Parts: sequence; C-alpha cells; structure tokens
Amino acid sequence: MPKRFLIFIFLSPWIIGFATFGIYPFMMSLYYSFCQYDVLQIPMFIGLENYKNILTKDPYFWISIKNTAYYTFFRVPLNIIGSLLLAILLNQTVKGIRILRTIYFLPSIISGVVLSVIWMWIFNPQIGLLNIILGFFGLDGPLWLQDPQWSKPALIIMSLWSIGGGRMLVFLAALQNIPKHLYEAFEMDGGNIYQRFFHITLPMISPVIFLWSIIEVIASMQVFTEAFIMTKGGPLDSTLFYNLYLYNKAFEDFNMGYASALAWILLAITLCVTLAQFHLSKRYVYYEGQK
Amino acid sequence: MKRIKNKTIPIILICGAFIAFMPILWMISTSLKDSNSIFSFPLKIIPDPVHWENYSTIWKSMPLVQYFKNSILITGLTIIGTVFSSALVAYGFSILEWKNRDKVFIFIIFTMMIPLQVIMVPVFVIFKQLGWLNTFKPLIVPAFLGGGAFNIFLFRQFFLNIPREIIDAAKMDGLSHFQIFKEIALPISKPVIATISILTFMFTWNDFMGPLIYLSDQIKGTLALGIMMFVGQHQTEWGELMAVSILMMLPMLIVFFVFQKYFIRGLMIGGSKS
Repeated sequence: MPKRFLIFIFLSPWIIGFATFGIYPFMMSLYYSFCQYDVLQIPMFIGLENYKNILTKDPYFWISIKNTAYYTFFRVPLNIIGSLLLAILLNQTVKGIRILRTIYFLPSIISGVVLSVIWMWIFNPQIGLLNIILGFFGLDGPLWLQDPQWSKPALIIMSLWSIGGGRMLVFLAALQNIPKHLYEAFEMDGGNIYQRFFHITLPMISPVIFLWSIIEVIASMQVFTEAFIMTKGGPLDSTLFYNLYLYNKAFEDFNMGYASALAWILLAITLCVTLAQFHLSKRYVYYEGQK
Repeated sequence: MKRIKNKTIPIILICGAFIAFMPILWMISTSLKDSNSIFSFPLKIIPDPVHWENYSTIWKSMPLVQYFKNSILITGLTIIGTVFSSALVAYGFSILEWKNRDKVFIFIIFTMMIPLQVIMVPVFVIFKQLGWLNTFKPLIVPAFLGGGAFNIFLFRQFFLNIPREIIDAAKMDGLSHFQIFKEIALPISKPVIATISILTFMFTWNDFMGPLIYLSDQIKGTLALGIMMFVGQHQTEWGELMAVSILMMLPMLIVFFVFQKYFIRGLMIGGSKS
C-alpha cells in the first residue's frame, strides 16, 4: 500500500469531518450573512443589509451586547479570583483535605439543565433556599430572577457555585509547582506574607491565570443554556444574552441570514477581545526563561 | 511556604464546603417531601415523614423510560465514535511520519477556537437537506468524523510516548500499521480511552443545545430536553423536579466517583497544556 494512501486512510475521519462540518459551514455562514434566508426558499443575496440593520436599526442587538458585557465583566474576574482563593486555601495541609477537595469539585460536574433547575429553585423568592437563609438573618431578599435589577447578578452568583472545578485544580497544581527555594530566599530577606504573594506566588502562576481568563471570557460571551431555561431572556430582556438572541433569530424566527451575520459579529468581537487580552498579558504575565 | 498555625483556615474550608454541598443536600431533601411540607415552615432538612411518591409519579408525568433510552443510545454511540475516530486520526499524526505533519496538527488545534455559533446555521441546513432532522444522526454522526481536536490531542500525546523501537520491531515482524494500531497502540492507551470516554460522557449526557435544535418530536427527546419541557409545564412541582434532576445526575455522580482519577487527569491536561 502506498504511504500517501495509508496516511489518508488514518486521517480520513478528520478530513471528511472537517470538510463537511468545518470549512464548508464556515464559508456558507459567511455567505448566508449577506443573504436573506429562511431555509425554505433559496438564499437571496442582499449585500451588507443584515449588518446594516443589526448595527443601526436593531435595539435588541445592543441590549444583548450590554447584557453579555455586564455578565462577562463580573463573571470572569469573580470566578478567577474565587478559584484562586480556594486553591490557596486548599493548598494548606489540613486534615481531610482530600474529602474537602472532592466536595468543592462536585458542583462543577453538574451543568446545563440540572444546574438551571437547582438554581431556579434556590432563587425562588418564596420558598427558595437563598431567601430563606437571608430571612434567617433578618434580610428581605430580592425577587432574583423575576427582578430585572437582580437577574444578571443572580446568574453570576450561580456561576460561582462551580469555582472548585477543573480551573481550581489547575491553579492548585500550579501553586504546588512553585519551587520551594524561591520562598526560602524571600523569607531570608524578611518579606511579609502579602509581599510574598504579590512578588512570588502571583507572578509564578500568572501564565495559568492568563490561559483561564481567555477560556472564561469566551465561555461567558457564549452563555446560553441557563438563560434559555431559567429566564427565557427576561424579565424585560435583562438576561437576553447575545447567544440567546442569536438562537431566537435562527430557530424561532428562522431568519438564518440575520443570525449568521450576528454570528460573524460575535466571531469578530471574540477575536478582538482575545487579542486585547494577549496584548495586556505582555505586561502582566511572567514567563520563565524570558527577560 | 510558612504554614499558618491557627484554626482559621480549616474553619473557613469546612464552612465553604458546607455552602457548596448545601444545594445538593437540599435537593435530595426536597425530592423526598410532598408538596405540603415543601411549603411548610420552619423548614426541615430531614423530611419527616419521608415521601417516596415523587420518584414514582415522575415516571407517569413524562416518558422518562424513553428519555433514558434515548440519552443512553446517543451518549453510548457518541463515546464509541469519539474514541475510535480520534484514536485513528491521532495515530496518523503521531506514529506515521510525513512532511508538515506537526504544522497541520497545530492548525487543527487552532480550529478549536472558532465559536460553534458561526457554523451552527449551515450545519443545521446540511442536516435538514439530508432529511436528518428529528433523528439522532445529527447528534451521533459528527462524533465518528474526527472526534474533536482536544481528544485527538490527548491521544497524540500518548502515542508520541510509545518507544520507537516497539513500532520498528512490530514492523520487522511484518505487522501492518492497521495491526499495530489495533494490537499495540489501542491496548496500551487504556488510560487515555478512559479519560476521553468520561469527558465525552459528561458532555453528551448534559448536552442541551444539540437535542434542542435537532429533536423536536417529544418522544425522541433526551433527558435534558425532557426535563426542560417538564420545567415549562410543571413549574411549581418542585418535589418532582428535584427527583427527576437527581435521576439525571445519578449516572454522572457514579461515573465521577468510580473514575475520579481519569476525570481529573483529563481536566488537568486540558487546563495546563491546551
């Protein structure tokens, strides 16, 4: 058997998959974004019309952008800091640490529909766990998912339940990989615990934090399931996130051209934000072997 | 690191663990209460008396057996497809040697960054034109075609560590690459197979958007989809909702506790090297 043919056979699943579910849809999506297309009739080319309408005539586009930006802006730092603090705490030698780690990890394996159902009920204003606990301290809890002011904070609080998952474990491993002699040298110079954290611990684990902040930002910008199940975008469009709006345009209105244009705008925003993060990282991320 | 020698850290950790575990505990408790005691104050964590009815009524409230069957079928076939096709492709990117191989592989890794939304509409159109809407095919077939860049990456890392002498010796004995793949590469990569199977299981079992887009016939729905519809229709029957959520969670919890080692390793590799 000729070698080329052999290589082709081994790679064939990927080649076929990439052609049908990668390159082809990628190009078609760009084409649809310049068309009016409802799936039933053939796509009709309308040039930049979709993009023009989105950017100038569509209030929901801007609402969804604002909601998604708000959500991302708070969810990402809170989740990263939360996981980091937890990793630092779990890095101590405490009895039963393995059981504690498992308990903290457990919520992160619950996702999607089940996660949404649990939290719909925790946020229930009358019988929900949260307001019962707040009531116990004499506080009058808000309506959470039914209040436009509190719906986004509620979804952010919910995301914090899984700070003990994979991200925290990676932070923990990074903490444990910091060479002991760095700390010893620092102690000889008489630095205190805060200086030690900001001068040794943080720089040493900054590459992992950077990587996870990129993953988190992309995940936050694509938030969908929670909002779809728990709030349907409401109340008063306060949880109409970008992806939810895109889904509605595509699979409720069957306005596929418009939805494709929305998707390409999302791709452009994602690229810009990621590039900005890389740019910022040059100043804040420390890589061993450089400088 | 100088250890803080007081009791604050253990106390913080235990309180935190209690908060993290509280929703699960409360969920189990609610699933064992009838609707009267869910609303009665003061709230009790341990239901008294224990009501098992929720667990029997949910089987009548929705076609739960069918949902379980559908979810198991889709998840099972997806795991088989993912493991087999990603192993095959990874072999082509590790044991086989060819020009520009590593460059092409880096390109594959880059394709992971394209958001799903960009290709979502055309992929839907493809499946519609194939007449595959309302079948399981759109959820299963793609798994057999490549198995995902991350899984190819995991297999490739493992295959690259197989000593070259073993491959050369096998070739001397007259084994073809297909035999080496089947007799040597696959059997020794059991840990990777376990990791990929578990991660794929977790993802597919929980997947919501795929079934939502492709399965509109209620009887074809997966568990995730079924629960979603139940939420819409019976929003206030918390006991039943919690019971069905626990049933859906149970396989995940079992897999997690039995294969914890593989599960965590997969996440660690993904987090530190990707």
